[in-house]
Amino acid sequence: MLRGRDVLSILDFSREELEELFAETDRVRSNPAAYAGALSGFIMSTAFFEPSTRTRLSFQSAMLRLGGSYIDLGELERSSVAKGENFADTIRMLDSYADVIVVRHRLEGAARYAAEIAEAPVINAGDGRKHHPTQAMLDLYTVRSAKGRVDGLTYGVLGDLRFGRAAASFILALSKYRPRKVYLVSPPLLRARPEVLEVLEKAGVSYEEVSDLDSVLPELDVLYVTRVQKERFPDPAEYEKVKGSYAVTSKSLARAKEDLVVMHPLPRVDEIAFDVDRTRHAYYFEQAKLGVWVRMALLKLILKG
Amino acid sequence: MEDRLIVRKIRNGTVIDHIPAGRSLDVLKILGISGREGATVALVMNVESKKLGRKDIVKIEDRFLKPEEVDKIALIAPTATINIVRDYQVVEKRRVSVPEEIVGILRCVNPLCVSNSPREPITPRIIVVSRQPLKLRCAYCDEEFGEEALSQLVSQ
Ligand SMILES: [Zn+2]
Repeated sequence: MLRGRDVLSILDFSREELEELFAETDRVRSNPAAYAGALSGFIMSTAFFEPSTRTRLSFQSAMLRLGGSYIDLGELERSSVAKGENFADTIRMLDSYADVIVVRHRLEGAARYAAEIAEAPVINAGDGRKHHPTQAMLDLYTVRSAKGRVDGLTYGVLGDLRFGRAAASFILALSKYRPRKVYLVSPPLLRARPEVLEVLEKAGVSYEEVSDLDSVLPELDVLYVTRVQKERFPDPAEYEKVKGSYAVTSKSLARAKEDLVVMHPLPRVDEIAFDVDRTRHAYYFEQAKLGVWVRMALLKLILKG
Repeated sequence: MEDRLIVRKIRNGTVIDHIPAGRSLDVLKILGISGREGATVALVMNVESKKLGRKDIVKIEDRFLKPEEVDKIALIAPTATINIVRDYQVVEKRRVSVPEEIVGILRCVNPLCVSNSPREPITPRIIVVSRQPLKLRCAYCDEEFGEEALSQLVSQ
């Protein structure tokens, strides 16, 4: 079902396709040796027009673990882009060198545009404020792995829901499932965009926008934390006011359910205190680790079925 | 047919009727007509209309519309009808219709959209999500927007 597919937005995937991906991830994870040569002879190209070492390395690690290889566009200032080559030409070139192209770009819609140009499947590794579908896939898989299911749980998504693509993609991903409730926790300035809320409404997901974490924390099964970026605030004083209310500490988690799972797409700054790392709630490092397994399964399914 | 009392019939050309009241100047802008071209142009504003209450009418002598011009008029004046006149007779009467996809004539409003990148050979593609009220979605970046995007049609 996924063979040859572009991965542009999490909304392009049905629940069945996501389940297929997660089942494959389970198989890869339980028997990595069986997959060690699965993609031998295949080449992945990583083209990051915006820096993200973490995501790039996660894809490269996934490809190497499958016995495939990768080529990398390299630092932009040293590449053909610096000499003035446009995006379309760069993608056309990579298309002739690789079997799959992983794109990260500052401009929104760049991955979809690349997919129109390239014959090879294109994977969106993040474009602008909007989509980061493989992050959403690994986030869902993390919930499934920690909780045994995605349905029926109460979620809190915390941080910059307006400009943060990881948070937006995770919210969109939840619309594929049947959460009990989703609390969207953010300062009013950084509320989710209307088109994101519309997707939740159409899917019949019960959600509520709140400004304060403490009041909803005791209900949550999953808390998805993202960074509230200072530069998003027109008034620095406003930021100083809200910043403290979104710092998750082991003390603030005292009122949480025993088995609350705290996730974060990383890197974190100060929204999760280091003392949370030692609690049973901390799941963000596990989440990053699972990301490699999910990307392995995805690459395998896209390139070989 | 009150407008006949105000302006005479044209011999050959196009009559754009049933323009929402007050939009006729925008229609002329879309067609690039400033009045300095030398062609005879008649403009009737705010006449009574059974269908619309009030409407505008534009008559242009010796000018016929290109398909992309008709598409642009459909966006700004969705109720318009276009009559082709030859030798004082209406030989063809067409209603305009907002297409399902608008290709190339309207840009995405999102400044961060790849389709607004000046160095890419990319044609903007906008999907019409709903016609009434007008709701548009960029085929590249998924940004949704409405009527506010139409101002660029008349500001060019
Ligand atoms: Zn766009």
